[in-house]
Amino acid sequence: MTPLSATTPTMGEAWDTQGSFQLFAAGANAGLRVHEQTFGPLFLDRIDNGFISVLEASGLTGRGGAAFSSWRKLAATDQGQGGSVLAAKPVVIANGAEGEPLSFKDKTLLTHAPHLVIDGLLIASRAVSASLLYLYTTPAAASAVEDALAERHDARKIKVVQAPETFIAGEASAVVNSIANGIALPLDSRRRLSESGVKSRPTLVLNVETLAHVALIARHGSGWFRTAGSDRDPGTRLVSVSGYVAEQVLQVEGDARLADILASAGVELSQVEAVLVGGYHGRWVRPLDYRLSPTGPENHVVHPGAGVLHVLAASECGLESTARILASLAGASARQCGPCMFGLPAMAGVLNAIAYGDRDPGLVGELERLGKLVTGRGACHHPDGTARMVGSALDTFSEDVRAHLGGTCTRKA
Amino acid sequence: MSEVLHIDWTKCDGRGLCTELIPDVLGRDDWGYPLARQARGGDRTNVAIVPRDVAAARDAVQLCPKLALSLSPQGALKRR
Repeated sequence: MTPLSATTPTMGEAWDTQGSFQLFAAGANAGLRVHEQTFGPLFLDRIDNGFISVLEASGLTGRGGAAFSSWRKLAATDQGQGGSVLAAKPVVIANGAEGEPLSFKDKTLLTHAPHLVIDGLLIASRAVSASLLYLYTTPAAASAVEDALAERHDARKIKVVQAPETFIAGEASAVVNSIANGIALPLDSRRRLSESGVKSRPTLVLNVETLAHVALIARHGSGWFRTAGSDRDPGTRLVSVSGYVAEQVLQVEGDARLADILASAGVELSQVEAVLVGGYHGRWVRPLDYRLSPTGPENHVVHPGAGVLHVLAASECGLESTARILASLAGASARQCGPCMFGLPAMAGVLNAIAYGDRDPGLVGELERLGKLVTGRGACHHPDGTARMVGSALDTFSEDVRAHLGGTCTRKA
Repeated sequence: MSEVLHIDWTKCDGRGLCTELIPDVLGRDDWGYPLARQARGGDRTNVAIVPRDVAAARDAVQLCPKLALSLSPQGALKRR
């Protein structure tokens, strides 16, 4: 069971002046009554497409990984109807598939604060005048979601669909494919989902944590949201912390310092070799003075992705860890697109050779060549994210690479 | 007019016909899949086709045994 932590390492005073603002403020397994007492009533009938400009002012970005502006997604879906009254109404999907093996904040959110997510889904749907609503959930949170929906009279339109527990089941087009056809594999991206997704209707896919923030922005406004975080990364986000630390979900301010987050999670910083930020498609970084933000200079800022922080202990070999992750990513390919189906296993083979004793000096160049070869050549970004993560390992663990090619390992005597 | 050749990777099987019809545009990777020689804007899935290659690209679209290719006017295609 994932420990639930409500600690917020860098939350300012402003957050305590207006009641509760933490996503988990209603406590564990919050029911509808406690939810409403904690967060206040939701006036859904006041929401129309004017809410899109509130979202724009808030600066909220997606919390599922890509950090795309949420308001732009809503606006594109709203416009995807083409302005005709006869046009098919949009579809809105709350995406709670959490295929990333190191992420558990969405399951935790759906289990303990399902009503915030449901609020957010209803709000987003009203803002784009949607008529079909889906909550796509990981099996682990399905019963909490069903119980929460059964408590409400305003959520009868929401249909629950269970996501398979595969790595790519949460990719937006795989979500659409799963709901429309029962096949959780990415689709070719020739048309935008905001124009044509489920049943050829404009389709909006938003991460469940994004929707929880939407629920609070609708209550308190965009200015309130911006009292946390920074201009380039407003608000807060959930992070899943794992590895050389007790697994936990934390809510942190935007633009938070990596070292501060880890310290508040109880990590002994001197024992940290490196941190994988963003998950299997993320980036290995060291040292820990990076800040977590979707934008900013690469040498100071690391993209939070879906909010994964995985701590590698000083006693562990980063190359071996990365080789294990890469093997898993190669196995997770949907095997639809050739460059991914063949390229990822080829990359895994080369990294395994480096990690486990092959001293051929050409291996690093070959791994870099393969990473470039697969990038941008698939229906989804699985190969791109994989190549990026591997590239960051070669940078961050460059001394280890030299040691391995020299026949030793910096981690082991 | 310049056009954009879209490769549907979920359909492409690496048969290689397109790489023979428009060799200046597409080469083949290690496994035989089409590889854009020049990726404008880093996009190797929506490949820019200059006017002199458009006719051959149209043949590639029509002859692709996996129906994995499509051609659109520049600007009509964007990834979501």
